[in-house]
Amino acid sequence: MRPNRSVGIVGWGAYVPRYRITSKELARAWGKDWKKYAARIMVEEKSVPGIDEDTFTIAYEAARNAIRRARVDPSEIKAVFVGTESKPYAVKPTATMLAEALMIGGEDRLTLGADFEFACKAGSEAMQAVIGLVGSRMIDYGLAVGADTAQGAPGDALEYTASAGGAAFVIGPEDKSVAKIIGTCSYVTDTPDFWRRQLAKYPTHTSGFTGGPAYFTHIINASKRLMEELGTTPKDYDYVVFHQPNGKFPLKVAKMLGFTEEQVKPGLITPLIGNTYSASSLIGLAAVLDIAKPGERILVTSFGSGAGSDSFHIEVSDKIEEVRNCVPQVMDFVKRKVYVDYAIYSRNRRMIRMPAGSGDY
Amino acid sequence: MWAYKLNIPSHWRLLSERYRLVGGYCENCGYKMFPRQKVCPKCRSENVKAVELPKRGKVITYTIVQTPPRGFEYYTPYALAIIELEDGTRVFGQLTDIDPSDVQEGLEVEMTIRKVRVSGESGAIAYAYKFRPLLERE
Repeated sequence: MRPNRSVGIVGWGAYVPRYRITSKELARAWGKDWKKYAARIMVEEKSVPGIDEDTFTIAYEAARNAIRRARVDPSEIKAVFVGTESKPYAVKPTATMLAEALMIGGEDRLTLGADFEFACKAGSEAMQAVIGLVGSRMIDYGLAVGADTAQGAPGDALEYTASAGGAAFVIGPEDKSVAKIIGTCSYVTDTPDFWRRQLAKYPTHTSGFTGGPAYFTHIINASKRLMEELGTTPKDYDYVVFHQPNGKFPLKVAKMLGFTEEQVKPGLITPLIGNTYSASSLIGLAAVLDIAKPGERILVTSFGSGAGSDSFHIEVSDKIEEVRNCVPQVMDFVKRKVYVDYAIYSRNRRMIRMPAGSGDY
Repeated sequence: MWAYKLNIPSHWRLLSERYRLVGGYCENCGYKMFPRQKVCPKCRSENVKAVELPKRGKVITYTIVQTPPRGFEYYTPYALAIIELEDGTRVFGQLTDIDPSDVQEGLEVEMTIRKVRVSGESGAIAYAYKFRPLLERE
C-alpha cells in the first residue's frame, strides 16, 4: 500500500516509566526456577508503571516528545489516534483526553480522535490510518500513539514480560519529514492465540498458537509481501524492527527472513524493559530513529494477536539530525530506573485492593 | 456522600488549568498567577486574561505527606511543593516519580499529567498536573 501523496515521520517520541522489576524477583515471588523458566525468554527486567500512571499519562509523555521533535503547532494536527489494549476507560476515548491536554486541533479542537484496538499492533494500525489521511490530503499532520500498561495475570508466563511504555509519531508531508514512509503492507487472519474478554482483567493465551501460527506466520507474510511489492531484500535494510513479545522471537523471525542480528539489535528493546504491547515495535522504531543516519533504511513489522501484522518501509532523511537530541531518547528512559520488589510492584499495578470506603482504589 | 467522590462538573471546568497549567495574566500590572483569579491580587485590576504557563521550574519549598486525606492513601507518602516556574509564577502541586527522601529545594522539575484520584472501579478518573524531576538528553 502506498499513499497518493508522499508522507513521512515528522517527529517521534517515546516514554518508559522509571520503575523496574527483574524477572528474578518475579520468579522468586512465585517459587519458579529463574534459570530454567524466565531466562529462556531473554527478558532481564521489565518496566512497571508508577502508581499514578496509566495509558493516558504514558501516551501524553510520548506524544509531547513527538510534537516537540516535530516542531509543529498542535493546532495543525488534525487527527489523534491512540492504539492500546489497556484503555483507562472501556468506553471513553483516550484520544480526546490527549487532544485536550496537548491542544491538538487548536482552541476549536477541530480534529479526528479515536482509540484503536488490535492487541499489540494497535499503534502501527493508528500510524497506517494517519498515513492514509495525510496521503490523501485530507489533513496535513496527524498523531499516532501506541501505549500500554500491559496486562499479564499474576504468576502467568506473561507476567515476566508485560510492561509499560509508549511511542508516538507525528506524520506529515514528506518534505517536512525526518523519515519517509515508502510503503506499508498488512496481513490478518482469525487466529485464537491471545484474547481478553470484555470484563476480564487479564488476557488468556493458547500457547500452541503463540509462535508458529500467530507471531511467525503473520510477521513473515507481511514483511515478505512488502519487500516483494517494493522489490527489496533483507540486505537493502540497515535496521529491522519486529514486535518484541520477548527477547527471543524477534531474533528467530529475523533469521527466518534472512536478516542478521546486527540489523535487529539496535531496535531490540524488550530485553531491557519488557513487552510494552501496543508500543513494543514502535519503541523499537523510536530507538532506531534515535541513532539512524540520513539515507538509512528501516523495515518495521508489528504483530497483534488475533492476529495480524503491519509492515513499513522507512527511509531516513537529512532533517533527522536537527531534531534527534531535542528531547530524551529511548535509551535515556531505559537507563532512568528504580528497582522495585514484588510488593511495590503489586501496589503500583493496583493488584492490592484497598478497603471499601477508604478512597482511591 | 463520600468525600473522595469526584465533582465532575468542577473538574471539567478546570481542565485547562489541570491539563495545561493555564493561569492568569494581569494586563494592567503584568502579574502572573496560578490559579487564575478574577481580580489581580497585586493591583486589583479585573483585566486578567488566561495564559498558559511554562512547564518547567524548580522546587522552592516542600512537605512530605504521611497522613493523607481520604482518597490519597494509595499514593502515601508523597511530596507537596511550591514550584517556581521559569517565568517566576509560583504553583502549588504534588511531586511524582521521586522518593520523598530525595526531594530538595532547588530540584529542577517539569510538569506532567498523572492520575490524582480514581473514584472506584466505575467512577471517573481525575487527571491533573504533577511535577516530576526534569528529564533531559544525557
